[in-house]
Amino acid sequence: MSRGRVGVVIFPGSNCDQDCIWALEQLGFEAVPIWHQSLRLSGLDGVILPGGFSYGDYLRAGAIARFSPVMQAVAAWAKKGMPVLGICNGFQILCEAGLLPGALLPNLSRRFQCEEVYVRVENTATAFTRSASPGMILRLPIAHAQGRFFAPPAVLAELERNGQVVFRYTSADGTRRPESNPNGSVNDIAGICNREGNVVGMMPHPERVVHPLLGGEDGRVILLSLAGVLERVL
Amino acid sequence: MQEHEDQPAWRRQGLTDAEYARIVELLGREPNELELGMFAVLWSEHCGYKHSKLALRRFPTQGPQVLVGPGENAGVVDIGEKFAVAFRMESHNHPCAIEPYQGAATGVGGIIRDILAMGARPIALLDSLRFGPPSDARSAHIAQGVVEGIAGYGNCVGVPTVGGEIAFDPVYAANPLCNVMCVGLIDKERLTRAAASGVGNVCILVGQHTGRDGIHGATFASGELDAESESRRPSVQVGDPFMGKLLIEACLEIVRQGLAVGIQDMGAAGLTSSLAETAARGGTGVDVEIAAVPQREPGMTPYEVMLSESQERMLVIARPENVEAITTICRHFGLNAAVIGRVTEDGLLTVRLHGEVVGQVPVRLLTEAPTYQPAAREPAYLRSTRAPASLPVAGAPGEADLLLQLLRRPTIASKAWAYRRFDHQVQVRTLLLPGAADAAVLVLRESGMRKAIALATDGNGRLCYLDARRGGRLAVAEAARNVACVGARPLAMTNCLNFGNPEDPEIFWQFQEAIAGMSEAAEALQTPVTGGNVSFYNESEKGAIYPTPVVGMLGLAERAELCRGIAPPAAGLEVLLLGDVQGPADESEVWAGSELQALLSGTGPQGVPADVDLRLEKQLQDLLLELYEAGAVAAAHDVSEGGLAVALAEMALAGGVGLDVTIPPAGWLSPRARAFGEWPSRVVVVLNPGEAAARALALLRGSGLPWVRLGQTTAAAELQFEIPGACTDAAGESASGPVFRVTLEAVKRSYYSDPFTSAEGEV
Repeated sequence: MSRGRVGVVIFPGSNCDQDCIWALEQLGFEAVPIWHQSLRLSGLDGVILPGGFSYGDYLRAGAIARFSPVMQAVAAWAKKGMPVLGICNGFQILCEAGLLPGALLPNLSRRFQCEEVYVRVENTATAFTRSASPGMILRLPIAHAQGRFFAPPAVLAELERNGQVVFRYTSADGTRRPESNPNGSVNDIAGICNREGNVVGMMPHPERVVHPLLGGEDGRVILLSLAGVLERVL
Repeated sequence: MQEHEDQPAWRRQGLTDAEYARIVELLGREPNELELGMFAVLWSEHCGYKHSKLALRRFPTQGPQVLVGPGENAGVVDIGEKFAVAFRMESHNHPCAIEPYQGAATGVGGIIRDILAMGARPIALLDSLRFGPPSDARSAHIAQGVVEGIAGYGNCVGVPTVGGEIAFDPVYAANPLCNVMCVGLIDKERLTRAAASGVGNVCILVGQHTGRDGIHGATFASGELDAESESRRPSVQVGDPFMGKLLIEACLEIVRQGLAVGIQDMGAAGLTSSLAETAARGGTGVDVEIAAVPQREPGMTPYEVMLSESQERMLVIARPENVEAITTICRHFGLNAAVIGRVTEDGLLTVRLHGEVVGQVPVRLLTEAPTYQPAAREPAYLRSTRAPASLPVAGAPGEADLLLQLLRRPTIASKAWAYRRFDHQVQVRTLLLPGAADAAVLVLRESGMRKAIALATDGNGRLCYLDARRGGRLAVAEAARNVACVGARPLAMTNCLNFGNPEDPEIFWQFQEAIAGMSEAAEALQTPVTGGNVSFYNESEKGAIYPTPVVGMLGLAERAELCRGIAPPAAGLEVLLLGDVQGPADESEVWAGSELQALLSGTGPQGVPADVDLRLEKQLQDLLLELYEAGAVAAAHDVSEGGLAVALAEMALAGGVGLDVTIPPAGWLSPRARAFGEWPSRVVVVLNPGEAAARALALLRGSGLPWVRLGQTTAAAELQFEIPGACTDAAGESASGPVFRVTLEAVKRSYYSDPFTSAEGEV
């Protein structure tokens, strides 16, 4: 019994597509690979834009992928209120495509960073957090060189006012500290959504932590939200 | 290697007069420019292994687990059921000395394509790196550049960099080492060979256009580094990981659909070597049309096309009826696929330009480079280094200070500054993160999360410098021990042999001795050698590097969930030391080439290092695996650089626990030697509580393996060491008494100090 059919878009240079497919299958979803030249998304319950280096991140992360044919379909799909999750490079592509506000700049360290972070769930009304409880702390891995979220002050104020900040970097106990923010993101933002809450972008990789042998299961709640399955994650 | 216009062409390309005479004799005529170029690259040390081939025959290469041994693009080992693992290691030392970022990046790209050529999906990368002191500006530049290059390519291409090792020593300042190991997973039925078999089959060039880059890179790698090396920067190629990623997916799809007869990486010596090697393996010839090779710029000569080392290209040999399907797959990924030639029965490599033959050489002549048995002579320096090593005692700091100073040594201290820049989790197989275990552990999702493979690289140049034979044995033993420490059975090994100029008898002696030592250990530990790489001419104006054979070990754990790292999970657990608890009879051996000697002596390595008792080593590793199978192991850590006290401190830090341990009496060794001396075959094991601990003790008592209880983990944020007999040291001063303590915080500050700025706790 499938929990739903989820499309995973594969751009040239995506490298977390198979990971997302595996994670979805672990959680009981049917995962459907979608090559970036596809023009239609039909018969799906959700779409994931996975991490990686689409088009080698040449020019700027996500800047070329936004022109892929599939992105028109993703935009139309998002407009209909269907769930879209962009992870890491997928988040960068959603911002470049204008489906989410703001931009992801090079990390303050100017380097690629692969480490564990803690994020606090700020909004549980989105398609990918509705199974989480408000204020829940998740331990998730990050792996990116361009993950410093930025938005101009007016846009940022609007994001905050509308509750569009979905995840914020914190310490393990949920408090915001400068050292808990790995990349210099404004307002410690790790993930945001659109006004309707059906499009979510996040820098951490939930698909990497869905099995106890692989460093935790805190990613499950995010993917399971898609099925509306309520699961308690300690 | 100096370039002079007035020299004959063969010498300018690195061939000796005798080699040229032999080419003329074998061909029965003078080679033309193109043919000479092809001979020069394939007869280079890098491609032809002419100084090493005979010595390498010493390696044991057989075993029931070995599916493919030396001679292919990578070794392949059976890990049960339908799974096999392909793995190989390769050096990119010279390019990294000149252009660290691209040198390392293309090293990663090249070794990934070797694994791909076996039909395997690359699933892990490890790096064994050697640099000059991080306080030296140029060495720091090289170290940072190499690490960035590995990150730049590996992260983008989506293959996790899961482990490796980094060591620093002034001897590597002008000639750093960058050895990269790649590991791939294959369905045994899809195993692919790089052979051009089947007359009438076609050769398809897939991937990047061919440009003028990297011409004669292989010859460059076969000479010493000198003042003119910098001007050879054009010999360093430039990598494109995005193209590399597309190439991986396209080739794997070609393999999955069963469309290829053979696949070959195009690395050193480019088209020349991949065409000649595949033809040689197939016992065939190849007829290639230069005009059919997609070229990046107009006006390239056949010489340039045949010798170009442009990256991200693969050669696919296929039946003519499969060309269309292969082209379709490549087009899907936006890659070029061009039919450039066909397999012939004449045994010749024929090169044409618009149909006209511009070069024609028997394949066999190209791939059978002359082999030499170079002279070997015991190095003169050994007469002075063999004098027993002692430590300066007067004025030496107390034990607690020594421990903290050792933890700060760049070779011992945390490598988080490097591995945090590598994506070590992509492909979701990484069970233990870098820094958390003695070996990288990857769980095979494909096996339903049951099986795991463990990977480690090891090599200690200082020890090999002092005794190449012992050093070779020690490197293999430690690599295997590291794999056993996480709970995996060592299965097979690859290697990268980094040495100086083999035409120097003293260097060649080191080479032979190291191979002999490695072979002895590989036989005793039942880990056959499935392949490897030789890197000679690692010399600069300041002389040769230490002989540095690096071992890449593969192990298998049938139950992934039992694998453990070095971190004790809780307080109140028993801490044991297993193996050679007595140590050598001669105390000077535990200082020879040790980190403490390097810290205190201020001179180079001195003495003869402690040897490994291979029977004891095997017994230790077997028992460790029995303890794992009994579910008794909570954490385990090999005792290596910095000795027992450092190993214990690393464990406490990893687990965030305190320790209350007694460093036991051992033979005639002084208290300080017991704490910081380095000798092999020792593993610290932390036991799971209750029933599991009882089972472990029963196993230990029945085994006959020496072991001793050290103490237990505690909830205190402090490490307490008791060293009986340490009331006063030999000089009667700076006595720290029988008990010394360091706080976990102090350990952390030292261990995480930034090697490039010496700032504490910065990484």
